[in-house]
Amino acid sequence: MTALLFGAHGLQAGVLLDLFVHFGMLSLLAIGGAITTAPDMQRYVVGERGWIDDAMFTTSVAIAQAAPGPNVLFVAVVGWNIAGLSGVLATLAGSLLPSTTLALAATRYSEQRRESRFVRAVTAGLAPLTLGLLLATGWVLTEPFRDQPGAMLLVPLTVLGLLKTRLSPVWLVAVGAVAGALGLTG
Amino acid sequence: MSETTRAPRSAAEVFRVFNRMALQGFGGVLAVAQRELVERECWMSREHFLQALSLAQVLPGPNVVNLALMIGDRFFGWRGAAAALAGMLCAPLAIVLALAALYGQFMHLPMVAGALRGMGAVAAGLVIATALKLAGALRGNVLGWKLGAMFAALTLLAVGVLRWPMVGVVLGLGSAAVLLAWRRLRP
Repeated sequence: MTALLFGAHGLQAGVLLDLFVHFGMLSLLAIGGAITTAPDMQRYVVGERGWIDDAMFTTSVAIAQAAPGPNVLFVAVVGWNIAGLSGVLATLAGSLLPSTTLALAATRYSEQRRESRFVRAVTAGLAPLTLGLLLATGWVLTEPFRDQPGAMLLVPLTVLGLLKTRLSPVWLVAVGAVAGALGLTG
Repeated sequence: MSETTRAPRSAAEVFRVFNRMALQGFGGVLAVAQRELVERECWMSREHFLQALSLAQVLPGPNVVNLALMIGDRFFGWRGAAAALAGMLCAPLAIVLALAALYGQFMHLPMVAGALRGMGAVAAGLVIATALKLAGALRGNVLGWKLGAMFAALTLLAVGVLRWPMVGVVLGLGSAAVLLAWRRLRP
């Protein structure tokens, strides 16, 4: 039970506070999504503090990617592997509280001034960058299997599936999982 | 595409829709969010979705979480924001922690590794397809279709291919694009 709550290292209030503060700071730098902070997070929890090892960190990210839900949940798995449920609370609260507060304030500001020249210029100017960043994210996600033709073929097939049918994306993911399990993506 | 939008009836409906969305979101929630919010629930137009997403991306923090907050807040204030956030996080958090606890027992199986790779490939395709869908919204952009496509291509090149740090790219290209838009919006 204690291991469940506090992880293998036992309760260390200092560890939890450090986790909360560092993850909170990173979340304020996380422009472009939570996953962009992974390299620095790895440097801190593996390299600087040695709370978990490299393989454990990579695995944490992979587990979160395989589960449904926002990518940011990988910080919860990292927290879990460092300090059990209390670690989850520390990393998740750190990653969410500062950035959500800021996001809400900015949203309210821009909604009130939706017609102002400044807000219109910002949203119109950034829209093409958003599209470019999405395409870049898609491209970067293919990195682990660029030398595997089966998996690379799944990418354009998925694009067609989403654009040309009204299937929910979850079915396309299921097709990918089955194809992979049958060894077709090697 | 003519789209008529409607508002959710209650914060509970906001919770339910975001919960459903998160549970379908393997490898990221964005593709599902576009389908559910714009095409199925019709809570917002494609243009408004791209606008909200642009803002969500430049704000620090997880993009889809920021997006959930914005949409929840727009309809029901902080109650809506909390409902959207809870819907987005609660069930997936339970699942991901269960997976983390079970991890050691089955992740080394070749079938599981293959399935993960297949899901990863589909996740990449979903993000690309979502970008292509939203590209149509550039036509109504004050920058115009061509300039918009150019900025999108430059961003893809800098961040995706050359792997330059995103903060610099967004600040540099973003300021140029915003400045151009600002000048074209001159009253």
